[in-house]
Amino acid sequence: MARTPIGLVGARPDPPFEITFDGRPVPALPGQTLAAALWGAGILAWRTTRDGGRPRGAFCGIGQCYDCLATVNGEPNRRACLVPARPGDAITTQEGHGHDRLGV
Amino acid sequence: MTASASEPEDVAEPSVPSASKNPPRALADTVPGAGRGSDVPYDLVVLGAGSAGIAGAVTAAELGLTVALLDSSPQPGGQFYRHPAPALGAVRPEALHHDWSAFADLRRRLDAGAVDHLTGHHVWSVVKGTDGTWTAHALTGENGSTEGGTDGSADAPVRIRARALLLATGAYERQLPFPGWTLPGVVGAGGAQAMLKSGLVLPGRTVVVAGSGPLLLAVASSLASAGARVPAVIEAAGYLRYGRTPRALLANPRKAVEALVHTAALARHRVPVRFRSAVTEVHGTDRVEAVTVSRLDREWRPVRGTGRRIACDALAVGHGLVPQIELAVAVGCTTRALPDGTLGLALDDLQESSVRGLWAAGETGGVGGAELARVEGELAGRAIAARLLGRPAAGAAAAALRRRRDRMRAFADVMSAAHAPGAGWTGWLTDDTDVCRCEEVTAGRVRATVAECGARDARTVKLLTRAGMGWCQGRMCGTAVACLAAAGATPEPQAERRPFAVPVPLSTLAALDGPEDPEPASAVGGSTDPVPS
Repeated sequence: MARTPIGLVGARPDPPFEITFDGRPVPALPGQTLAAALWGAGILAWRTTRDGGRPRGAFCGIGQCYDCLATVNGEPNRRACLVPARPGDAITTQEGHGHDRLGV
Repeated sequence: MTASASEPEDVAEPSVPSASKNPPRALADTVPGAGRGSDVPYDLVVLGAGSAGIAGAVTAAELGLTVALLDSSPQPGGQFYRHPAPALGAVRPEALHHDWSAFADLRRRLDAGAVDHLTGHHVWSVVKGTDGTWTAHALTGENGSTEGGTDGSADAPVRIRARALLLATGAYERQLPFPGWTLPGVVGAGGAQAMLKSGLVLPGRTVVVAGSGPLLLAVASSLASAGARVPAVIEAAGYLRYGRTPRALLANPRKAVEALVHTAALARHRVPVRFRSAVTEVHGTDRVEAVTVSRLDREWRPVRGTGRRIACDALAVGHGLVPQIELAVAVGCTTRALPDGTLGLALDDLQESSVRGLWAAGETGGVGGAELARVEGELAGRAIAARLLGRPAAGAAAAALRRRRDRMRAFADVMSAAHAPGAGWTGWLTDDTDVCRCEEVTAGRVRATVAECGARDARTVKLLTRAGMGWCQGRMCGTAVACLAAAGATPEPQAERRPFAVPVPLSTLAALDGPEDPEPASAVGGSTDPVPS
């Protein structure tokens, strides 16, 4: 059997649930953060930068760098590496500062 | 007998009254908004539930103090002992850890219940009142719950008051930029470790580990054990500097054992370690496809013509750790320069800072690892209890702790010096390399500011370019900007001066109508100030 993080710690997680990223379903394990669920699905970027429009995702993994900001259930600037995934969470790629609807 | 166990002569007699009335144990029992005018301060508030914070909190509580332990995470352990949430059902969390039994012991003492462990609390400021009482301001979820508020976004501000403060906020990872480091798939070495330890996920299938410092060995062995292919560990320093100080090495055999454990794991997974080398470029358009590794000279300048390409889909990179001390700096604590060019808090022999009533332990005084953090936490806990209970702090136990601390601090200084970035590292920057990730400020713009506008320090560069003005407040680019601003001279250490330790909603600030008298920010925003039960 291939070595995996789950196998390494002998994890027997509760059943997975679904969240969505830009409308497509992504499985998440209970206890994972949004960033962990996205990484688990091979997704490494969920934001584009304000000036260059460049893709970004989790970098520091501990809530210090703010690169992992995402729009979660319509609310921008949530740190995906800290926010626990909950069933039905809808993550959408955050463009720039995430407040375009305010016209600022 | 383990060192963290209390020696009998120092255990507080059960008859010793606690220095203050016990606050309620269950936050759910607090009345929203009832804190004003009726709150009884804790004896001690500890900030950070890592090795140092837990050790300090349980030690002080076991000696009879009322203690609140605040941490932003839903679980204790800090970064070193970060572990999966219970719902992930990890049967062997220790498989991703070194020295798990030490944490198990701390957690057992924490679970004994004498400490109020307040999770999901993001402390943004600490203030010392005129009567000497400390107030810690935190963002959290409603009524102190972490539901929806684990990133501090729930806008329910709380204040926790205490007669003494122990800062155990740990450290964050130091980064040095290089072309391509903003591509998805490039993650912090500590970041990869954190995501693996708590989320059981990897950033890619083939992960190069690079930067400088012993953490890289731990990260590479974790990633390999968890199934990642690690083509190489790329270490910028040589490890020869350690050999110059054999006394510090011989006095800290556990560090050698730890290094051997990781080295053996790397050998088992056939992971080569390459010294005096650095990743000088990342290739890919929207994510990492390969890296170029170059040899470095003694000054860390890349040696031309030595670049070798390694295919990979992720890169875990970091250059050691930076003490996280802004809360203490903001109240005027004196700092000291560390051998690697970072700042730690200047502390006395019993872990107290230059500001009376504020103690610190662990990485805040200089990065030295989890065992040192535990020893300093315990020492601080004892010193604080002695101060508040009006007893002498000295004793056989405290003396033994001080000796262990001094021995490990000596090793920490050797480690810090061995991995201090060489001045030539800026040689791997191109003009279009982003230095500041948040504000997308390039090395070229920073250099132009230095060359044409006369900027000589990171603060001036910030004012002219916005480098360091973004969400992370200069944590990711601070070292690099300081080096570029110094233009070859010795850079000023980053001052770690941040008025707010975490971003605070304006509504929270607006709700503060005086230093001692904040109103709840909203109808549902409860205060977790302790109220008499």
